[in-house]
Amino acid sequence: MGHDHHHDHDDHSHLSEIELRVRALESILVEKGYVDPAAIDALVETYEVKVGPRNGAKVVAKAWADPAYREWLRADATAAIASLGFIGRQGEHMVAVENTRDEHNIVVCTLCSCYPWPVLGLPPVWYKSAPYRSRAVLDPRGVLAEFGVHLPETTRIRVWDSTAEVRYLVIPRRPAGTEGMSEEALAELVTRDSMIGTGLARQPEAVR
Amino acid sequence: MSRHEDMVRVATEVAPIPRDEDGAPVFREPWEAQAFAMTLALHDQGLFTWTEWAAALSAAIKQAQASGDCDDGSTYYQHWLSAIERLVRDKGIASEQALASRRDAWDRAAHATPHGQPILLANDPLR
Repeated sequence: MGHDHHHDHDDHSHLSEIELRVRALESILVEKGYVDPAAIDALVETYEVKVGPRNGAKVVAKAWADPAYREWLRADATAAIASLGFIGRQGEHMVAVENTRDEHNIVVCTLCSCYPWPVLGLPPVWYKSAPYRSRAVLDPRGVLAEFGVHLPETTRIRVWDSTAEVRYLVIPRRPAGTEGMSEEALAELVTRDSMIGTGLARQPEAVR
Repeated sequence: MSRHEDMVRVATEVAPIPRDEDGAPVFREPWEAQAFAMTLALHDQGLFTWTEWAAALSAAIKQAQASGDCDDGSTYYQHWLSAIERLVRDKGIASEQALASRRDAWDRAAHATPHGQPILLANDPLR
């Protein structure tokens, strides 16, 4: 199957109609001196931290609640995520990696700042920072500690390096004491950082 | 962080802007944040007042509703973008035709760009 989201131009890029309009407008405004592209980037960055990863939280909550969906997500995350209506614009593939007692996953993009924004919104500023990008690979346990995540020594940490073609979504461990909770309630426990791997899902007490 | 508040306030008088629990604007896709930021930048340049912005946004939403917009909030920033295009046109900065031909140039540039590479207008083969 492979690139089936990327129908007609497998090796070429594609911009959606709305992205074309935004680029057309911005490039003309920049040329005429009305807009400074650096200022736009800076403004966008200001709001990046405010973006809620609601789509991803729905995906994870469904995976927790529905074993068949979880299997599908692990086998073909692109299709399983698309089934909920969350589709990337550039045909990037999604891979879901699941945290267990023995293994913890963390996502980084060492080359640039590839990020699964259809499910997680815009990336946080730290995700794009050089220190995170290099240290997540060299010292993931140290990076996790700085995020307040302390895992047992017996838990293996796997680091996933995103590319332009493959984006990773971490399925955090479902917290104890959440049996019988609805998908909507479970989604409240799923934080952005828990889906990057730099955090854990919230405990149910924390959201009551 | 308070620079956007005037804009959010006038926009909200026209139609509620998508926000999170803390009241901050929420964007579903990067272009939405870009459109939001462009409006702030153009206002900073003195290109329009917030009153003019509210009128343009309101007109864009009314036009969309008249042509069968789903009106559930998911298309909010599409109307927002239409409002900027409208103001830019009315202020004589870029005609509808100029925007359309630049849109086509970006489309050709995207198709000429290998997947995973940055899409630059210079990649347009007809440029």
